[in-house]
Amino acid sequence: MNKWFMFLLATFSLTPLLLAPFASAEAGEKAKDNYRVYCIQCHGMQGDGMGLNIRDMSVQPRDHTDVKSMASRTDTELFKVIKEGGVAINKSSLMPPWGDTLSDDEIHDLVQYLRTLCKCKGANG
Amino acid sequence: MPAAHAGETGAALLQQRCVACHDLQGPAPTTLTQLFARKAPDLFYAGNKYQTAWVAAWLQQPKRIRPAGMLYLDHIKPGVKRDMVDSSTLKPHMALNNDDANKVAHALALLKPYNDRIKAVSHDPSISPGPLGEMLFDKIYGCMACHQIEPDFGGLSAPEIFTAGKRLQAAYMLSYIRSPQAWDAKTWMPNKHVSSPNDQKLVNYIIELSKENFDE
Ligand code: HEC
Ligand code: HEC
Ligand code: HEC
Repeated sequence: MNKWFMFLLATFSLTPLLLAPFASAEAGEKAKDNYRVYCIQCHGMQGDGMGLNIRDMSVQPRDHTDVKSMASRTDTELFKVIKEGGVAINKSSLMPPWGDTLSDDEIHDLVQYLRTLCKCKGANG
Repeated sequence: MPAAHAGETGAALLQQRCVACHDLQGPAPTTLTQLFARKAPDLFYAGNKYQTAWVAAWLQQPKRIRPAGMLYLDHIKPGVKRDMVDSSTLKPHMALNNDDANKVAHALALLKPYNDRIKAVSHDPSISPGPLGEMLFDKIYGCMACHQIEPDFGGLSAPEIFTAGKRLQAAYMLSYIRSPQAWDAKTWMPNKHVSSPNDQKLVNYIIELSKENFDE
């Protein structure tokens, strides 16, 4: 075995084996990916509330790009509705609770992601 | 080849014709990267999940179950009023002849790694939802947002529910509704924290719904 081969072995086979499990366990999923898998089915590919599922829903999903309504919510309020669902803030049960699907860290990241969709900051409080 | 083919067991057929898409070994995806790579429903716990007679019949005449395919986000496109299913990306399922379908169905029925989860629940067919079933499903728990309760009513990102009573075992449905994440950690069905006996009522509503034979 020459040095070059040892180098290849170390770089390509050992590194991913050693690092991959730690990287995924600590970072959680990316907010953008979580939004795509769990939210766009109702809130839409563009985040504008025009999702695949909305035709027969009696209450329509929030338009996450709408500055006016999104800026009126605090980050704490957004966290609560994502984790506990619409019912927890006296809104529609069609907005599900995601607390058994996403970690608190992932939900905090999603709140920040929503702020990039509306290009707005939350109300104070 | 033909002579050998006739004697093939269901398990061998599964290995030859199904593993390219279906996971027969487990475990279910634990990361979104794995979820994105999953091409078809996991079958490694098929014996804990499906009704064997349904599997044998469906394999001979497969009909779409998930209106937007396995991973809905791979099969949608923006539309004028809302996102739409992009049917051009959906392919029909392969069909098997009667003999192969029955062999495969019986081989799948043996895959039961989760007997413990099934034993942990006890389905009670006597808890009828009465006329309230649809209200529970649509309004109280908002299940119709993702599931169709008849061919043209309900959401499109999840399996149609009006055939689920024929397709699935009652205990599986009860266990799955109580904790979808226990079965499939990354699924986009949320845990709605359905209290008892409403979970039993929902399962019995789904079973009653399938007797309306919307699919025939
Ligand atoms: C099954 C459909 C559905 C899914 C999936 C869904 N939502 Fe909603 N969402 C709704 C509906 C409907 C409303 C409007 C509720 C109302 O106004 O009563 C809503 C409202 C909201 C609101 C506004 C709440 C407020 O303060 O008024 C936020 C924020 C939100 N959703 C975030 C998310 C996020 C993040 C996800 C993904 C993790 C998600 N939603 C997934 C249906 C859904
Ligand atoms: C090209 C990929 C592919 C191959 C090969 C394939 N399947 Fe499937 N199978 C799928 C997809 C995708 C679905 C979901 C269909 C739907 O939702 O309408 C599915 C659904 C099923 C279902 C219904 C289960 C459910 O929950 O929807 C069964 C049973 C099944 N397949 C068995 C088999 C068997 C047995 C074989 C081999 C003989 C096989 N499949 C080969 C892709 C495949
Ligand atoms: C946000 C979307 C969503 C909501 C809301 C939802 N589900 Fe689901 N459901 C899913 C998905 C996704 C699956 C699994 C998909 C798969 O296996 O391909 C599923 C699977 C199921 C299954 C098993 C079906 C099968 O063919 O494997 C049952 C039963 C079920 N859901 C019942 C319910 C009930 C009852 C409610 C309300 C309490 C509900 N669902 C709410 C998305 C949803």
